[in-house]
Amino acid sequence: MIRTMRDEFQLAGQTFRSRLLVGTGKYRDFDETRRAIEASGAEIVTVAVRRVNVTDRSKENLLDYIDPKKYTILPNTAGCYTAEDAIRTCRLAREAGVGSLVKLEVIGDEKTLFPDVPATIAAAEVLVREGFQVLPYINDDPIAAKRLEELGCAAVMPLAAPIGSGLGIRNPYNIRIILEQAKIPVIVDAGVGAASDAAVAMELGCAAVLMNTAIAGAKDPILMAEAMRQAVEAGRKSFLAGRIPMKLYATASSPLAGVIG
Amino acid sequence: MDITVNGETQTVADNSTVADLVRALDLEQKRIAVEFNRQILRRELYAEQMLAAGDEVEIVHFVGGG
Repeated sequence: MIRTMRDEFQLAGQTFRSRLLVGTGKYRDFDETRRAIEASGAEIVTVAVRRVNVTDRSKENLLDYIDPKKYTILPNTAGCYTAEDAIRTCRLAREAGVGSLVKLEVIGDEKTLFPDVPATIAAAEVLVREGFQVLPYINDDPIAAKRLEELGCAAVMPLAAPIGSGLGIRNPYNIRIILEQAKIPVIVDAGVGAASDAAVAMELGCAAVLMNTAIAGAKDPILMAEAMRQAVEAGRKSFLAGRIPMKLYATASSPLAGVIG
Repeated sequence: MDITVNGETQTVADNSTVADLVRALDLEQKRIAVEFNRQILRRELYAEQMLAAGDEVEIVHFVGGG
C-alpha cells in the first residue's frame, strides 16, 4: 500500500498541496496554457502585468482561462529594470484584485536577465512596508537571500540558472547554503530544463520550484507539465525519505554468506 | 479633448469620467487596474474622476508570464 503523506507547503500564511509553481507565458494559446497548468497540478500560477491594448480589444483575457477562484495568482514584475517600476507594477497588480502576493523581479541586464540585487532589496523594503507578500527572484546568493528574509519577504526565490536557459541547477552548493540558513521557504525559480532538474531542486530540500519555459517550450507542454508534477513530487519524497550517503566503493546488497561453490 | 491612454492619444468627450473611458473600451467586466496621472485610481472612484485634456491614464491587465 502506498503511504499517503500529509506534506503541505506553507507560503505567506496559505497552505498548498502542490510544490510546483508555473508560469503562463509562451504557450501557443490560452487553451494550451489552461491544459498545461491543469496537468502540472500547480495551485499557484504567475502572470505578467501589461498595458491593455486599447486599439485592438478583441483579444481574450488570460483570466477567462485561469480562474482566480481556483488558482492563486502570482503577478510578476518581469520587464522591470528599476525598483520604482517594480513597485508601481505590484501596486497595479494588487489593485486589479488578485491579492497581495507578488513575484518581485528587478532585472539588471537584458542578456542574462540576472537580477539587480540592490534594486530588488530596495523594492522589497517598500513593498513589505506596504503589506505585500513579497517573493523575490534573486541570484543563488546566500547574502541576498538573508537580507531579503530579514526585511520580511515571504520566501526567497534563487535562480537555478538564467531565465529560460534550461541549464538546471548550476550551483547546488549555494542553494544548500541558502537552505541551511533560511527560515522562510526557498523556491528555485528559473533555469529548470528537464524534470530531473526539478527533482534535484526538491532533493536539495527546496520548498518548491517555479518554472515556465521548461513546460511551455517543450515539444509537448502537457506531457512535460505532468512530468514536472511527478518530478517535484518524487524529489520531495526522496528528500523526506533521506537518501543514502555517497560512497566511493561498493557495498553488496545481497548477503555474503551462503554463496554456492 | 485629447488624453493619453497607455501611451496613445485618445479623444474623449468633454465632461467624461474614467468610468466612461473604461466603458468605452469594453473593460468594465475585466480584471484591470487604472493609474490616473501616475496615481492608482481605485475602482470605486472611476465614476467620480473627471478627465481633462492632457490627462495620462494607464490601464493594465494580466497576461501570460513566468
